[in-house]
Amino acid sequence: MHYVDYAATTPLVDEALEAMLPYLKEHFGNPSSLYGPGRDAKRGVEEAREQVADAIGASPSEIVFTGGGSEADNLAIKGAAFRNPKGHFITTTIEHHAVLDTAEWLEANGAEVTYVPVDSDGVIDLNALEQALRPDTILVSVMAANNEVGAIQPLKKVVEVVKSKSEALVHTDAVQALGKIPFNVSEIGVDLAAFSAHKVGGPKGTGALFVRSKTKIEPLIHGGGQERGLRSGTHNVAGIAGLGAAALVSAKEAEQEGDRLQGLRDRLQSELEAAMPGLTVNAAKAERLPGLLSVCIPGIQGDSLLLMLDRAGICASSGSACQSGSLDPSHVLVAMGVDKKLAFGSVRFTFGRRSTDADVDAVVQTLPKVVAKLRRIH
Amino acid sequence: MKRQAVVAMSGGVDSSVAAALMKEDGYEVTGIMLKLWSGEAVNNESGCCSVDAAEDARRVAQVLDIPFYVLNFADEFDRRVVSPWIHAYRSGRTPNPCVECNRNVKFAALLDRARSYDADVMATGHYARVDRSGGHPKLKRGKDSGKDQSYVLYMLGRSELADAAFPVGEYSKTEIRSIAESLGLRTAQKPESQEICFVPSGDSHAFLRETVPDGSIPGPVVDDDGTVLGTHHGFAHYTPGQRRGLGVALGKPLYVKEIRPRLNTVVVAHAGDLQVNMLELEGTTFVSGESPDELRASVMTRYRGPEAAATLVRGNSGYSVMFDEPQGPVAPGQAAVFYSDDEVLGGGTISSTH
Repeated sequence: MHYVDYAATTPLVDEALEAMLPYLKEHFGNPSSLYGPGRDAKRGVEEAREQVADAIGASPSEIVFTGGGSEADNLAIKGAAFRNPKGHFITTTIEHHAVLDTAEWLEANGAEVTYVPVDSDGVIDLNALEQALRPDTILVSVMAANNEVGAIQPLKKVVEVVKSKSEALVHTDAVQALGKIPFNVSEIGVDLAAFSAHKVGGPKGTGALFVRSKTKIEPLIHGGGQERGLRSGTHNVAGIAGLGAAALVSAKEAEQEGDRLQGLRDRLQSELEAAMPGLTVNAAKAERLPGLLSVCIPGIQGDSLLLMLDRAGICASSGSACQSGSLDPSHVLVAMGVDKKLAFGSVRFTFGRRSTDADVDAVVQTLPKVVAKLRRIH
Repeated sequence: MKRQAVVAMSGGVDSSVAAALMKEDGYEVTGIMLKLWSGEAVNNESGCCSVDAAEDARRVAQVLDIPFYVLNFADEFDRRVVSPWIHAYRSGRTPNPCVECNRNVKFAALLDRARSYDADVMATGHYARVDRSGGHPKLKRGKDSGKDQSYVLYMLGRSELADAAFPVGEYSKTEIRSIAESLGLRTAQKPESQEICFVPSGDSHAFLRETVPDGSIPGPVVDDDGTVLGTHHGFAHYTPGQRRGLGVALGKPLYVKEIRPRLNTVVVAHAGDLQVNMLELEGTTFVSGESPDELRASVMTRYRGPEAAATLVRGNSGYSVMFDEPQGPVAPGQAAVFYSDDEVLGGGTISSTH
């Protein structure tokens, strides 16, 4: 089996598992309790908070633990919107659905939303962003790196543009950036940033939102007042411990590991381009996530391709999976101006910690054969 | 290597058991659900192709331990099933979308894909049988006559039948439910879906008002002499033989006899004046691939309708069906399917009745 879908999820790293085990076994206390077992559990949460803060260049008090990346995005955007429900919001056409669908929901509930376009390589149009800004703009949400095509967004410039023209907060969905490229909230200057544990070798169902000190947002979940009132509910202590360990390890390794993954990606890209005439690389001219290759293959259906790859033991994905599990043409590719028919034939390979040359070889050997077989029918 | 089967799974009990039976038969089974809408599916009462249905089918595949995929056929379905369905209603016909789906999607696009996956056979949950005892495969009625679905499969030819399997057709519905229960499938007691899968909430009148606005304008209800007897709600909302919704109160009950879309008129008649002696067909196909000049057959003119003895005659513009005895109302747009005992010989779309 060749797992080449690290952008979907990653196997748990040993460091995360080891960090979690004490909180699944002996330290069962409620971190909000005042006695010993409670304090033991609380220590796990606070250590993890420091680890996440260190990983992204924040202060521990700026980290809010959530039930995942999507919740973190929702908390940032709705949290800002609840303070000003009829305000103006800006995002891009290539966001993850955690952001896009939230923006659409705000629109349906009285807010105004401007969707800033991207160029043919999936990079935000900064001029359009500048023009979209208004005095009443509440929040601008621009992802750090796109999950489907890997295009890294000029976030520092986004912050400069927004801050020079408005009072708006800047949020970024940094789920795909953490642990893959250097990502430091102090250098970039964003106000809010969402992270997910399971994309960086941590457990599923845990995430975090960076909330810059003095940034005012409302909670989505009310209750016991945990996380300084921004996320009530008893902490998922083991999950948070796993997130802390995984975030720190992946951030530390990001640079070196990034070089290695880029080597795998570049070889896969050049060998596929050589073997498969007509294949196009998405976001080819953009600065891309190092371990991600997204291609379009003319004359095939992406869902058939993934089925055949699965049968051949290759786990890859394509487009954005909808709830029923089928594929619609990716909104990201459509936003980049890729022809709808070609967009149906997109496939994404993403590498991570356990990826090796053998994974590249397997894809290079299998993909052209499978495509030839599928094309025979159509 | 094990023989490969692709099974079209809807989340319902029949296709679930079809997958189980293929696996029991020694095939390596791949379950496939057809997604027929772009975006998220309409959630309707029949539950067809909704997220819930996909989850049901996926859970069945987990229990059976077979891989399961949802494939997008939204484009084919819209072009080849929904649009023709709307067009047929605009023309005053009463179409059967399941026939067009089988003709143009399941046993066309899906079968092509199954073949491209190196599948040896594609199975569905239809109550029908393929008889392979002779030199060529034959299409036969399902064993459970109350559930028989061979009517909606008449367009299959030998090449499709060679690669098709209908495992549930060998059983009664009761047996299928008990097989589902013995396998621990939660879909075992799921109710039958009767609605048209793409009509939201099964409200075909609301859907027609939206998709066939020109057939949803009130107009005159007339008798054979052209005397206006009342007002209808829009010609697309009526079908020959229908009695309700005419807004006409006369001594003897009146039924729809004919729909005249260009005049936005619904013609009604008393029961005795509705009889049909002859049908004109279009798009007639025979399972054997041959086109006989003349043929005696038993003809069904609607799903689960009665059979009537008739002679088929090939003319210049297509086949005609001459009934031995006058028949009750028949709706243009429905399929006329030819049987010899329990074997399907072929069929066509009814274009007019006389």
